[in-house]
Amino acid sequence: MKKFKKYAASKAGRDTLLSFGIVIAGYIYLQVMVATGNISSLLESLLVPICAYVIMAVSLNLTVGILGELSLGHAGFMSVGAFAGVVTTTCLAEAIPSAPLRLAVAILVGGICAAVAGVIVGVPVLRLKGDYLAIVTLAFGEIIKNIINVLYIGLDSTGLHFSLLEQRFELAEGGEMIINGPMGVSGVSRLSTLTTGFVLVLITLFLILNLINSRAGRAIMSVRDNKIAADSIGISTTRYKLMAFVISAAFAGMAGTLYGMNYTTITAAKFDFNTSILILVFVVLGGLGNIWGSIIAASLLTILPEVLREVGEYRMLIYAILLIVMMLFNNSPLKARLLEKRGMKQMSKLEKNGKEGA
Amino acid sequence: MKKSLSMLLVGSMLVTALAGCGGNTDTQGAGDGQDNTDAAATAFLIGGTAPLTGEAAIYGNAVKNGAELAAEEINAEGGDIQIKVIFEDDEHNTEKAVSAYNALKDEGIQLSLGAVTSKPGEAIAPLHEEDHIFALTPSASSPANIEGNDVVFQMCFSDPNQGMASAEYIADQQLGTKIGVIYKSDDVYSTGILEQFKAEAESKGLEIVTEQAFTTETQNDFSVQLNACKSAGADLLFLPIYYTPASLILTQANAMGYTPKFFGVDGMDGILTVENFDTTLAEGVMLLTPFNADATDEKTVNFVTKYKEKYGETPNQFAADAYDCIYAYKQALEEAECTPDMSASDLCDKMIETFPTITFEGLTGDGAGITWDSNGAVSKSPKGMIIENGAYVGM
Repeated sequence: MKKFKKYAASKAGRDTLLSFGIVIAGYIYLQVMVATGNISSLLESLLVPICAYVIMAVSLNLTVGILGELSLGHAGFMSVGAFAGVVTTTCLAEAIPSAPLRLAVAILVGGICAAVAGVIVGVPVLRLKGDYLAIVTLAFGEIIKNIINVLYIGLDSTGLHFSLLEQRFELAEGGEMIINGPMGVSGVSRLSTLTTGFVLVLITLFLILNLINSRAGRAIMSVRDNKIAADSIGISTTRYKLMAFVISAAFAGMAGTLYGMNYTTITAAKFDFNTSILILVFVVLGGLGNIWGSIIAASLLTILPEVLREVGEYRMLIYAILLIVMMLFNNSPLKARLLEKRGMKQMSKLEKNGKEGA
Repeated sequence: MKKSLSMLLVGSMLVTALAGCGGNTDTQGAGDGQDNTDAAATAFLIGGTAPLTGEAAIYGNAVKNGAELAAEEINAEGGDIQIKVIFEDDEHNTEKAVSAYNALKDEGIQLSLGAVTSKPGEAIAPLHEEDHIFALTPSASSPANIEGNDVVFQMCFSDPNQGMASAEYIADQQLGTKIGVIYKSDDVYSTGILEQFKAEAESKGLEIVTEQAFTTETQNDFSVQLNACKSAGADLLFLPIYYTPASLILTQANAMGYTPKFFGVDGMDGILTVENFDTTLAEGVMLLTPFNADATDEKTVNFVTKYKEKYGETPNQFAADAYDCIYAYKQALEEAECTPDMSASDLCDKMIETFPTITFEGLTGDGAGITWDSNGAVSKSPKGMIIENGAYVGM
């Protein structure tokens, strides 16, 4: 118990407990609401996207907050995961009849595909730093989107067929197109549920928080804080940069699969620059390097525009104004004072506890 | 200190904005009935998702206006059927369409107008099926909207149908020998039409010399596509796209001195209403459309006058299709003797039974009446029109 208290008082411990606490409490609350029928269908339809966006925000936070490199192409990895996941579930429809198992396999495949894309993008990109890196990730995000835009994949009794630019294959009787170029996929059976989303969020949190608090995580942070110092003590900066980038991409891919399997139709155009920026906004609003902040920001900003449907035409205007207000607050002396006050309180509490312990 | 001051200012701005909007939503809800208090209790609640903001807003708002106008007329007549129409914004985005549909469901809609555009329509069609809510979509024309479910019906003719009719028109009237196509590759509407057009063109012996694609991001400049068509020697350009990009194509083709014949489909309707577009460029443009705003029959004249009065612009086929949807609902509800206290699911069963049996006379269609098959596809034949002196003339 004492050990736990001490853990909870440390910064890393507090962040971890807070992150898990928010997610688990949210899940239990929502499950009760769903079970008792107290939830609007609007909110219910948002739950899986929220889970996906939370994972996206948390994984991007690893790149932007922990590694300290601005990535503007995160939605690209999401789309790789989404489309890989759709292809996987369609191919395995007969081999694995159990829907949750099939989804789990798809999520895994989505993550692996996105990780591969992450390596391909990361190796050239991570030679750069700062603004240059940001612009290049932006370009890569667009490239991924445009490749999927001209990708044709079909499935028939003889197996999978691929082509680029135009459909150059004929499908046998009973075959179906999975990815149809710019028209994306349609007619997907929706497999994602709140519970799968919740489990995936927990796994993401567990792995990413553990990574951050591990030796590798500290190495990654040292690259962020002072690359020259990190180099001088023998940390391979390239290796740790790539590691953070690829792990971040892999989780984005998993989130993509979860997201894609929640809709009957998706197109590559959905995963454009705007989506990348939206996720960056989640991260910045939640605070760079602050995992539980990302969770709250992602949930809040996904629900907000939908709740604002009440006000009609001025919805997006008010959304933008609220966003400005939140950003201002996040950066205001008011918040700093509040935090200071809380810190003081905790300090005195700790002092008291310490005295009692002694 | 400065920052807290700015926050205070932003906060007060927000409060005033919210206050302004509060009033606005009230009028929005009441926009469809003079005797709103009565209507709310005894009216059928019909909802639809539409792109009210974003790139496709021009089409979404036309549908919203058309549907609200029809509901207003019906309510003013004071018959047994009273109708209240509500719309939610889907931003022409599948994710938002699902949210918008669920928001409508929370409002308790009994009947649906589906989605305005095809891709969002595809996203919410299975949800209609799951919840057993009947939908009659004014303009989501891709076949995927009505395939695989029993509850979604279309008011517009389907994309393949238009592609086939276009190829037939061009071949029968010998409008061109070398055909160039500019289409929007990330739009199901455009690709759906093109696919069938190509198949039919082949069987009719038409030669397609080039197919040029563009996407949402690249629809601000068509010089590459136009040059390709010009160098391929196309003497007729087939444009299975909506009228906003089409207006730009006409302008740019004129600027580079390229003067092929232009042939559009129903998305081309509305080209004469584009702001800052020199409508003389549209002279000689041919298009297939179910609706002609210059027609002289009583129904159309009434609709166009009222629409102009209320919204200050000439209605396009989106508005006309939406207007027809509401009247078709009225007829079907009367025929099936439905009452507003019925549940969405009961109404859905009744509508699925009734729609294939009725013949509807509306603004769109060619006077023979509009009928539906049990899959939800509409049977009305597209009419060929040519723009002469700023007005449509039948071909």
